[in-house]
Amino acid sequence: MQQIQLSHGGGGQEMNTLIKDLFFHHFENEILLKTEDAAILPTTGKIAFTTDSFTVSPLFFAGGDIGKLAIAGTVNDLAMMGAKPEYLSCSFMIEEGFSYADLKTIVQSMQKELAISGAKIVCGDTKVVPRGTLDGVFINTTGVGSFYHSQTLSVSAIEDGDAIIVSRDIGCHGSCILMARDALKLNSNLHSDCATLWPIVEMLLEKNITLRTLRDATRGGISAVLNEWCIASKVQIDINETDIPVSDEVQGLCELYGFEAYDLANEGTMILAVPQSELAATLAVLKQFSATASHIGNACHDNEGNHKVILHSPWGSRRYLELPQGELLPRIC
Amino acid sequence: MDLKELYQTFRDPLIMKALAKKINTKAKQLPYPLKVMEVCGGHTHTIMKYGLMQLLPDNIEFIHGPGCPVCIMPKERIDQAIDLAMLPNTILVTLGDMIRVPGSKGTLAQCRARGGDVRPIYDPMDTLLIAKENPTKSVIYFAIGFETTTPMTAVLVQIADQQKLCNFYVHCNHVLVPPAINAVMSDGRAKINAFIGPSHVSVITGAKIYQHIADKYKLPVVVAGFEPVDVMQSILMLVELSIATDQHDVTPEMLIQYSRAVTLEGNLIAQSKINEVFELRDVFRWRGLGDIANSALKLREKYARFDAELIFKTHLSTKPIDDHKACQCGDILRGLAKPNQCKVFAKNCTPTQPMGSCMVSSEGACNAYFRYLGLNNNALNKQPNTQK
Repeated sequence: MQQIQLSHGGGGQEMNTLIKDLFFHHFENEILLKTEDAAILPTTGKIAFTTDSFTVSPLFFAGGDIGKLAIAGTVNDLAMMGAKPEYLSCSFMIEEGFSYADLKTIVQSMQKELAISGAKIVCGDTKVVPRGTLDGVFINTTGVGSFYHSQTLSVSAIEDGDAIIVSRDIGCHGSCILMARDALKLNSNLHSDCATLWPIVEMLLEKNITLRTLRDATRGGISAVLNEWCIASKVQIDINETDIPVSDEVQGLCELYGFEAYDLANEGTMILAVPQSELAATLAVLKQFSATASHIGNACHDNEGNHKVILHSPWGSRRYLELPQGELLPRIC
Repeated sequence: MDLKELYQTFRDPLIMKALAKKINTKAKQLPYPLKVMEVCGGHTHTIMKYGLMQLLPDNIEFIHGPGCPVCIMPKERIDQAIDLAMLPNTILVTLGDMIRVPGSKGTLAQCRARGGDVRPIYDPMDTLLIAKENPTKSVIYFAIGFETTTPMTAVLVQIADQQKLCNFYVHCNHVLVPPAINAVMSDGRAKINAFIGPSHVSVITGAKIYQHIADKYKLPVVVAGFEPVDVMQSILMLVELSIATDQHDVTPEMLIQYSRAVTLEGNLIAQSKINEVFELRDVFRWRGLGDIANSALKLREKYARFDAELIFKTHLSTKPIDDHKACQCGDILRGLAKPNQCKVFAKNCTPTQPMGSCMVSSEGACNAYFRYLGLNNNALNKQPNTQK
């Protein structure tokens, strides 16, 4: 079986072959193929610019792999600002001995995910490091997006009375990764939600729906996003526990190990804040992509400066939904 | 069976509201305010996470007890784990939260960052796999927990014995619930007049271990499950028991609420495994509670070759190390203070920078207060703005 060797990152013949036969072959576009020191990008007006590095264990999981994650993650960061993803850079850090076939699968997965938003990889980098110095493959992607509309989305734009919506059931990616890890050894039909969100955002924008802010609820789950919104927009957010969509599989993992679905990572689930007047139209769009999209609560101005998330139980009690802290560790007994 | 069926009934809003209404009505007949000690941190978290205090009348109060295996671990035992993990060719294996508890030399997580081979596991049986995969290394299981987790360690030791493993050891920190309750009650300062007993302990030991509390201290005890309906039903049972005890001038009863899994006698096979592998320690020093006689277990002579405390004796200091003076974990574990009455609570002591173990554990009372009660109680009195 062909494996990546240190020479594949050495700058010579082997590296050129790897880049041309694998990366250029799958990421082909005229900007990339010019092989200049830097890509020259045709843009007008303001742009959105973001970067992210991706490490995941295992590299291949139900519903995706690190390649799909590396494209969807960065594309989603742009989409959450209302920017159409246009250009990406891509840096691979590969462990010596890594399977060429697995690398090819990852690259093909990236190619497929790029097609969903139409973004292009226009520059990149490859490093191969000695065996044992990293776990398989790390990928960094940086993205540039353009604005084709006049809306300005901001984490500090949420207003009194705005509706808070989640685009689908939560916690699938985090659960899927935990179940796949050696330590848990659980079997289930659960798939990661890993996906590009631009098509949903594009449809919302095309329908001229006013959006205050969007956020893909990655690490830290919806707990982290909602808490960040409360602080940035100086609001309180009231969430109804019964309205938060959680699949049976995700809830099952939470019951077994003492986790909360609100803290688990997502890679293709977003939270939206929109004016109440836009609630029905927003949900109508979201439901075209997922039947589990749900209005989970509302923001309110708080004169006492209580910029917190309050979770309402179905029997009338309330509690703060705090930021998740520390490593996600299962309860002991 | 659908998974939902396993828990939905125990979180049914209609049942919860009905129980709350019944408790509020009945509690008017209570002859005195009910001060309930929930011995186990699992119950503390259920009470806080599901907002149960908000459903109950003012004359019912919860007092948090010493039943969290992480909270009661003294610093010197954590230090011993760190010392073991830093030995050459050694792998230290332990359960979840334990890696975040500070000793005097930091935490096991910090020890891991310094190069110690520390591996948190989900299933104690994984220790055997690690031992087989690393035949040239000593694999030490830092065993913790009350009666609930002890049978797993017993089985682990017996399998290691059968398989003649030569690189597997146990650092035993298994403790017992009844001596801890006796320590709290015999101290005499905690104002407690009812107990909720942890049901998972009784699944192993049987509910019989709580009978002496009802008899000796003349207090009602209910062995309760961990779902919100379980706890609410248990509160109702305690209210009724307290009223009946007062009206009829009789000795309080010990009742089993979690009857779907707990019997009076418990799991006799698990008890037998524990007895085969372990015996009582003369004394064990509990964090916050101090020395308690016959309150913990150690490996029997037959299994001494697996005992990390004997094998690695020369590397382990046994000098007691107290908590920081400002930390009130001891008072909290003895039922003498609430977490938010501690001066460093949520200030110098938070889950990310814990001074005391009660803030560390996902079963600790301080952690529960920090996560679920928040800092501004007034905010919870605000009316919801759900507009639905």
